[in-house]
Amino acid sequence: MSREITITTLKYNPSDENSQPTFVDYTLEETPGMTLYIALSKIKASIDHDLSSDFVCRAGICGACGMVINGKPKLACRTLTSEFEDGKIELLPLPTFKLIKDLSVDTGSWMKNMSIRVNSWIVANEETDISKLEKRIEPEVADEVFELDRCIECGLCVAGCSTAIMREDFVGAVGLNRVARFSIDPHDSRTDEDFYELIGDDEGIFGCMSLLACEDHCPKDLPLQSKIAYMRRKMVKID
Amino acid sequence: MQIKYTDALIIGGGLAGLRSAISTTDKGLDTIVLSLVPVKRSHSAAAQGGMQASLGNSIMGEGDNEDVHFADTVKGSDWGCDQEVARMFVNTAPKAIRELAAWGVPWSRVKKGDRETVINAEKTTITEKDEAHGLITARDFGGTKKWRTCYTADATGHTMLYAVTNEAMKRGVVIEDKKEAISLITKDGQCYGAIVRDLKNGGLIAYVAKGTMIATGGYGRIYKQSTNATICKGTGHAIALDAGAYLGNMEAIQFHPTPIVPSGILLTEGCRGDGGVLRDKDGYRFMPDYEPEKKDLASRDVVSRRMLEHIKKGKGVKSPYGDHLWLDISILGRKHIEKNLRDVQDISKTFNGIDPADEGEKGWMPVLPMQHYSMGGIRTTPKGQSVNVNGLFSCGESACWDMHGFNRLGGNSVSETVVSGMIVGNYFADYCKETDIDIDTKMVQEELTKQDNYLDELLALDGKESIYDIKDEMRNIMQDKVGIFRNGKDLEEAVEELKVLLKKTKDINITNKHRLLNQELEEAYKVPMMLKVALCVAKGARDRTESRGAHYREDYLKRDDENWLNRTLSYWANEDDLEPTLAYEELDIMKMEMPPGFRGYGKKGFIIENPLSQKRQDEIDKISEEHQGDRHALQEKLMPYELQAEYKSINQRLGDEDE
Repeated sequence: MSREITITTLKYNPSDENSQPTFVDYTLEETPGMTLYIALSKIKASIDHDLSSDFVCRAGICGACGMVINGKPKLACRTLTSEFEDGKIELLPLPTFKLIKDLSVDTGSWMKNMSIRVNSWIVANEETDISKLEKRIEPEVADEVFELDRCIECGLCVAGCSTAIMREDFVGAVGLNRVARFSIDPHDSRTDEDFYELIGDDEGIFGCMSLLACEDHCPKDLPLQSKIAYMRRKMVKID
Repeated sequence: MQIKYTDALIIGGGLAGLRSAISTTDKGLDTIVLSLVPVKRSHSAAAQGGMQASLGNSIMGEGDNEDVHFADTVKGSDWGCDQEVARMFVNTAPKAIRELAAWGVPWSRVKKGDRETVINAEKTTITEKDEAHGLITARDFGGTKKWRTCYTADATGHTMLYAVTNEAMKRGVVIEDKKEAISLITKDGQCYGAIVRDLKNGGLIAYVAKGTMIATGGYGRIYKQSTNATICKGTGHAIALDAGAYLGNMEAIQFHPTPIVPSGILLTEGCRGDGGVLRDKDGYRFMPDYEPEKKDLASRDVVSRRMLEHIKKGKGVKSPYGDHLWLDISILGRKHIEKNLRDVQDISKTFNGIDPADEGEKGWMPVLPMQHYSMGGIRTTPKGQSVNVNGLFSCGESACWDMHGFNRLGGNSVSETVVSGMIVGNYFADYCKETDIDIDTKMVQEELTKQDNYLDELLALDGKESIYDIKDEMRNIMQDKVGIFRNGKDLEEAVEELKVLLKKTKDINITNKHRLLNQELEEAYKVPMMLKVALCVAKGARDRTESRGAHYREDYLKRDDENWLNRTLSYWANEDDLEPTLAYEELDIMKMEMPPGFRGYGKKGFIIENPLSQKRQDEIDKISEEHQGDRHALQEKLMPYELQAEYKSINQRLGDEDE
């Protein structure tokens, strides 16, 4: 049995001076297994050619389609319309990030700034000869690094974060998790003192108020709470 | 209007483009990478199961080396690949994976001692050697003799893409996302850069560069059902076509056996590599009946066809979305699935409500072959430069340099992205260093104005067609008539129908008249591009009257080495043409290290042999018999090939001296 659903989205084009933020209702027939990707694609093709949104992989792995769905930051492509019993779904663009248009926001620039800010890369003091056997790593250690490397930079942790709303330069759980990831990577030669230089302030590890919306909304179920606590304990020792 | 200047312009920010940018930056060149999306969201991130590199660390990979990887790749390609390129690739792949390890990819490692695994649907204990402990391990994949596919669970592309992006940022590579190249700037067979649309504000910018590289991935979205991300539309191929470049083997399209139904999201080949099996409506494991040797792990083209063959016999499972088959990984056990196949589990739970770790039928996932990979692409030399447009390079899935021929092995694509980024990226850098161009700013301005006017013209169109309907029709035609099983009649119809659609794109009506941020306008300029690419695929398939790899003709069942051991070249001869012009490039058997033969899987006896194959084989046998010295020296005698010294050096393996 199919039913009608109503999707209400914010529409606004900040680059157009005649544009005013408005809510628009779209009514459409729900199909079995319908995701918000499928629903929004239908709306864009057949109801409103002017609606903008961002989808890339539509499989929940690229992190492009974060939006606020009935009040919660979520990935739209892996949200099924059947999850909403009354068939009413309200969509808003992710806060914190710069709005491009409607549901499309600029997460790319934010994530790039964060990555550069926390030096999100391996710093090694030894050269690697790629013709020779690779460095040996304990299997469990590789697995631990992988666990934290699963972050997809979707920005849901940032959109749900109170500190990020108050402090424009806060690196967010995504940034703190990244530092934790490099700190346990045996290929990285940086010390805790080096990491302190990067995140030992209120825009970094000491900005977190431990409200933990980041972990609640992480689509990858990353252990953000324990990793932020772990980094804070390390950084406090240096402070 | 804006003009930007750089040394090296790279269009496409996936693994191939970013790894190339590292090569050019390391050689001191100003480099700009343009990407449709923030680069960490590129489709490279979707590669799940792993990357082939013949390290041979795991006990199940023991004895592996470049020669074995080479033979697997050539057989996989159904002898359609360029064997010199395959050699360049297999020799560089171990270096690529070791480089990536140093850049932080947390490759799964060998753990010494016993571990339980599933082989041929039975629990088996294997024992890893003490001396291999801590080295990079590998899993099994289709069409390979050894366990060679290195992985980080089933998020391999993701970890690789993050590591390579991070390295690019470390080097200060200029990465500009939400930028789309809509045409190349060319004059007299030389490329000078590209005209680019800024997707954040709709403005046009001309990027002028000494060398331009296209690394825009595949063109799967011309099909209705594809595992590809929404951005894989082949627009990089289309702008190359418009610039006069040749595309190679566009009809060579891979259909992956196990996307999930109905969403088309991929479930990695690692599911079967780790021991999962395909089942029919009776729960029966049917692949061993068709492929006694490789079973569920024959090459992708073969498994996909066998699956449809089995469905045609009435063994498919009925569903509202048509018939499908089951993929059963529950036999691997919950612990294994939740560690090594967790994205698969997540996808299945989220989109289908099925937990594949649940035992028995309850955990089986519905699967059906769908478009997955584009073997064809911009035809280049082994150094990655377009064969007929100077200063234009391409690498990764968008290129046909040509390492996959008519079928790509699983695990060889994500590997190719970084390997070609190293090899071609460096040749590209050399080109940019050695080349000086005269910049004719008037020409640049003219191309910019031309594209500006074109967008205005599109907006002004007041016809009766909908661009969305045209796109849907194209995708249906490709799905129904240029799919896994092909025949002359359908292909002829497809070509004619696509031509009609291409004509119709000039008679559309765009309802949204905003010139700047307008996703309907984007459809209006992209769909004609996609149609041109689709026409190259359909016409190439129509005219290739043989079956080779993934190109399977019901009316020409045999691989025809006598008449069709060649590469299709397609190009757009005149701007107003409604279809591409085709030409062919012969493959020289007498230069091959491995002349055409039987692949070891697929139907036997379906080859029209070329007498030169035996002649070349005799020659090779003689050289091999008389040869004294190691395998590297023999290889050099059989088929010498050029490669940068740093990549040609011998790869050390466990047990080799001076560890």
